[in-house]
Amino acid sequence: MSDVATTTATRAEYCVVACAEAWRDAGEVLASPMGTVPTIGARLAKLTFSPDLLLTDGEALLVGDVPAVGTKAEVVEGWLPYRQHLAMVATGRRHVMMGASQLDRHGNQNISCIGDWARPERQLLGVRGAPVNTLNNPTSYWVPRHSTRVFVERVDMVSGVGYDRAAAAGPSASRYHRIPNVISDLGVFDFETPDRTMRLRSLHPGVTVEQVVEATGFALTIPDDVPGTREPTPEELRLIREVIDPNGLRDREVPTA
Amino acid sequence: MSNKTMTAEEVAGLLESGMTIGIGGWGSRRKPMALVRALLRSDVTDLTVVSYGGPDIGLLAAAGKIRRLVAAFATLDSIPLEPHFQAARQRGAFEMMELDEAMFMWGLTAAAHRLPFMPIRAGLASDVMIINPSLRTITSPYEDGEELVAVPALRLDAALVHLNRADVHGNAQYLGPDPYFDDLFCEAADAAYVSCERIVDTTDLLKDSGPQSLLVKRAFVNGIVESPNGAHFTSCVPDHDRDEAFQRAYAQAARDPEAWRAFSERFLSGDEDAYQAAVAAFHKEKAEEEAAA
Repeated sequence: MSDVATTTATRAEYCVVACAEAWRDAGEVLASPMGTVPTIGARLAKLTFSPDLLLTDGEALLVGDVPAVGTKAEVVEGWLPYRQHLAMVATGRRHVMMGASQLDRHGNQNISCIGDWARPERQLLGVRGAPVNTLNNPTSYWVPRHSTRVFVERVDMVSGVGYDRAAAAGPSASRYHRIPNVISDLGVFDFETPDRTMRLRSLHPGVTVEQVVEATGFALTIPDDVPGTREPTPEELRLIREVIDPNGLRDREVPTA
Repeated sequence: MSNKTMTAEEVAGLLESGMTIGIGGWGSRRKPMALVRALLRSDVTDLTVVSYGGPDIGLLAAAGKIRRLVAAFATLDSIPLEPHFQAARQRGAFEMMELDEAMFMWGLTAAAHRLPFMPIRAGLASDVMIINPSLRTITSPYEDGEELVAVPALRLDAALVHLNRADVHGNAQYLGPDPYFDDLFCEAADAAYVSCERIVDTTDLLKDSGPQSLLVKRAFVNGIVESPNGAHFTSCVPDHDRDEAFQRAYAQAARDPEAWRAFSERFLSGDEDAYQAAVAAFHKEKAEEEAAA
């Protein structure tokens, strides 16, 4: 079991661990992952360093076990219909990882539409719960294909609120606003800069700073020394491969190069 | 106590052009589709539709019946983008009040509580405040002095919802895991019409589930329509799951005007019985194709 094939992690597995890390030390809160890799990451966090996390079945139930992705949970520990889910957001006892069709250097996110809102070139989902999420509970983002189409200078419709907009709107907007992480297939990013703009925090193995810069449509803060994203432990790899995602759904979201 | 049973056609006959209509369910889940289909067959148009949107929005938009939409999204869940909604927005077919999901809930709550607004943090600093210039903020009168969004009441002329069971008086029950906001829609409306999978005697309502499943109270209900499979093709668990094969066919047809004409002709040109028969024929055909393959 300790040959090269089982110890060398894929890009998707690094992404899973990077997502899981977003929920480290989160405590007894609801982890709301959107997308396959964040879902695997949240379950990995629960099975390892964040056992107190609450997870849902994607609908109205809180599950007491940690099933494989795509498999039904066998233990129900609670009830969380939409009305309670939205109320839970307002309590702050939740850390959501959303997707982003566009994301700017301040962390403003768009999932609503591309082009002019009044008559969009491309209608997307609508703002959904991005405004309530970003003002009430920690909101991280997962971008499976890092490109200048997603990482843009200006988003077309601010759905999820970024640091500049929250600050400008005043203390009621910024009071509970926090964007801990942005995780893409190229690396991990945060906003731990003096002006709260996006910074490269770590690079996934095989990715260069130049590659990230080229795929980003705005000026990132790049530290002199950029660490590598933490390597999955052998136990984490076993959990990902054998317990949480035995069918390899993670590879569909982040194909092995 | 009065017997409030009626047909879907009678419900549509009670609705008027220009009304504000709330539609229950969420995305492609427990939508009152039989009532929506009856609305499609009527002359009623120029509607303001208030919905956690799914194919209800798609069908009404495709039929040109929406003047103004109040929504946070429109989705088919397993298919993220509602194609008719998407196309209608891209051709500027209706006005829209795009709200956040929680703002929407507070708007319905304010309407149900007969309040002019409810305060909420959500929306501040987002473009929801820009695209809806009529939205106002309010300053807390207490020491905190917080400035919050005052979500206006989303008062409805009529609400349409679909539940699992109901009695003839309008007591309605959900048996799935999520009530969505169907009770709020009914309480926020001047008139509410409930379709259900099955009408049962009042004494049998608690046979399948506990009293907390009795979501909608008869004081808020004007009409009850028995409509088995009336949420089709959206889910209505535990009575039936979403019809994914049919939803795929719907979404595929909706992306092409020619295909949509054929789809409408096949499924939407007759009454509800004809619709359900056409759906049964669709599945028979699919099963035969699979057997032959």
